[in-house]
Amino acid sequence: MQTRDLAAIRKLIAAHKRWDAVFGVFGLLCLMVGVLAFASLFADMAIRGFDRLEWSFFTSFPSRRAADAGILSAWVGSTLVMAVTAFVAVPLGVAAGVYLEEYAPRNWMTDIIEINITNLAGVPSIVYGLLALGLFVYQFGLGQSILSAGLTLALLILPVVIVATREAIRSIPQHIREGSYALGATQWQTVRYHILPYSLAGILTGMIIGMARAIGETAPIITIGALTFIAFLPPAPVSAEPPYLSFEWLMSPFTVMPIQVFNWTSRPEAAFQSNAAAAGFVLVFMTLAMNGLAIWLRYRLRKNIKW
Amino acid sequence: MSVPAPSATLPAMIPVTPGARSAARRARIIRERIIESVLFLAALVSVFTTVGIVYILVKESVVFFQQVSIVDFLTDTQWTPLFDDAHFGIMVLLSGTITSSLVALSIAIPLGTVIAIYLSEFAPFKLREVAKPFLELLGGVPTIVYGYFALLFVTPLLQYFYPELPGFNLLSAGIVMGIMIVPYVSSISEDAMRAVPMSLREGSYAMGATRYQTATRVVVPAAVSGIAAAYILGISRAVGETMILAVAAGMQPNLTFNPLEPAATITAYIVQVALGDLPHGSVGYQTIFAAGLTLMLFTLACNIVGHAMRKRFREAY
Repeated sequence: MQTRDLAAIRKLIAAHKRWDAVFGVFGLLCLMVGVLAFASLFADMAIRGFDRLEWSFFTSFPSRRAADAGILSAWVGSTLVMAVTAFVAVPLGVAAGVYLEEYAPRNWMTDIIEINITNLAGVPSIVYGLLALGLFVYQFGLGQSILSAGLTLALLILPVVIVATREAIRSIPQHIREGSYALGATQWQTVRYHILPYSLAGILTGMIIGMARAIGETAPIITIGALTFIAFLPPAPVSAEPPYLSFEWLMSPFTVMPIQVFNWTSRPEAAFQSNAAAAGFVLVFMTLAMNGLAIWLRYRLRKNIKW
Repeated sequence: MSVPAPSATLPAMIPVTPGARSAARRARIIRERIIESVLFLAALVSVFTTVGIVYILVKESVVFFQQVSIVDFLTDTQWTPLFDDAHFGIMVLLSGTITSSLVALSIAIPLGTVIAIYLSEFAPFKLREVAKPFLELLGGVPTIVYGYFALLFVTPLLQYFYPELPGFNLLSAGIVMGIMIVPYVSSISEDAMRAVPMSLREGSYAMGATRYQTATRVVVPAAVSGIAAAYILGISRAVGETMILAVAAGMQPNLTFNPLEPAATITAYIVQVALGDLPHGSVGYQTIFAAGLTLMLFTLACNIVGHAMRKRFREAY
């Protein structure tokens, strides 16, 4: 009687342990689905686009003949738009993050700002495109320019930069601030000489992740009406003659990498699709490199900090 | 050893009269105030952005709704804003958005939940350290690239098994969208599960429960509001996704709930209009703002509910 009970219990335990093992394998399989999807995406683009990935692909304009087409205007456009985005989003985002962590009083205004930032992070990117179309393109008369696109993407990644800045600042222990105040520093001196330098790596991480997101954004830039076929470069920002610096490029029409990929993907000819694969490969490589750098930075940071 | 007399240097260093000192202090206070105001203005930019979005969407939509009645907008079963016989039934676009989102969520939610449970309760430490950044990378791939993948890889693959599938369809777009959303669902759910205190797990193990039993009957119920928040944020991602659908689902307005057909979504329609040259101020131009307002209201509702749920699970312990 007793032995049979024991056998039944053992059987029950074994069955439950089997379930454990089954779920362990099942979970791993689900994870593998993600890995597999990513691997096939990367492999498909690499194989299809491999023939097109040569030097001339980076130095040619788009063309009606797929074999001559390249991504020169796209990567130059992306670089210039990113420059505007970084120039606007980083100072604004860091300043807002510093304000919310170091200065903001606990009141309704601060609550509104915080709820706002959380909400903005969830707004679909195409809605930013509509904002930019109505506000930057028509209301402010900036047109379909690099400046409009850069400002749009800056607003889009602002929550990312703000949240990263706040997290970096929050991890600085209170006694650093107290030490600074004890030596007679003002609040701004504390921020300028202690808070900002110590949170620099965290801010940098957030900035890179934000830029990686911005460089892949297509929808808002299409919405403001960026052209899909550009066979010229914007005016150069620097020149050999005075006044040396020119800002004409800010108002120039442009195209960016994701739009170039979109344009080629939508064409029925297989030759253009290889172009899309090659350009997509470059784009994915860029975003992965940026995200990888950010993840590595964060990892290093977590390891090295000993307050 | 005696301390050198400070009187030799100090008096020379502090010849400050009380008046000069208070002037310096005043200047310092003023400078601090100015800096604080500048930082405050930077923080306000986010508020201005929201106000700007609402202002632009509402302003253009009001003009639109002066020409098209709101009843027609909600009940008409045709969406032909650019034809002579113009119809503005948002249902047509909504059906595409809902169908593709359902396909995406039926992949992202089970997959994301299982991955989250696995990573939080089953995976060895080393695997988790590798898998989390990898999933993050997966979430960072530009959506246009996923669109390429849906149109030129997944659709031909599906056609291999089901040859009647049209080249543009909601199914492959939805599947790829689901894969794109998996990292969002899994990472937020996992955070919620890891926030469950260890003592609950230890109690469960002490009662003789296995890992699977602990995960499904203790950890998941305890983290349920966080997991629900992850689902809701997943829904809002799916509804707002644009490029995958614009590339792979075709841009034909089509009132259908059949994922095997091509159909336009709200977002794809906005892209389609933006790609053409619509004159500023025409009805066609205003339709995209009305469509955008619909989208914005829907995702806003999702975000508010998700945020409230997330807050609840944070305060639970």
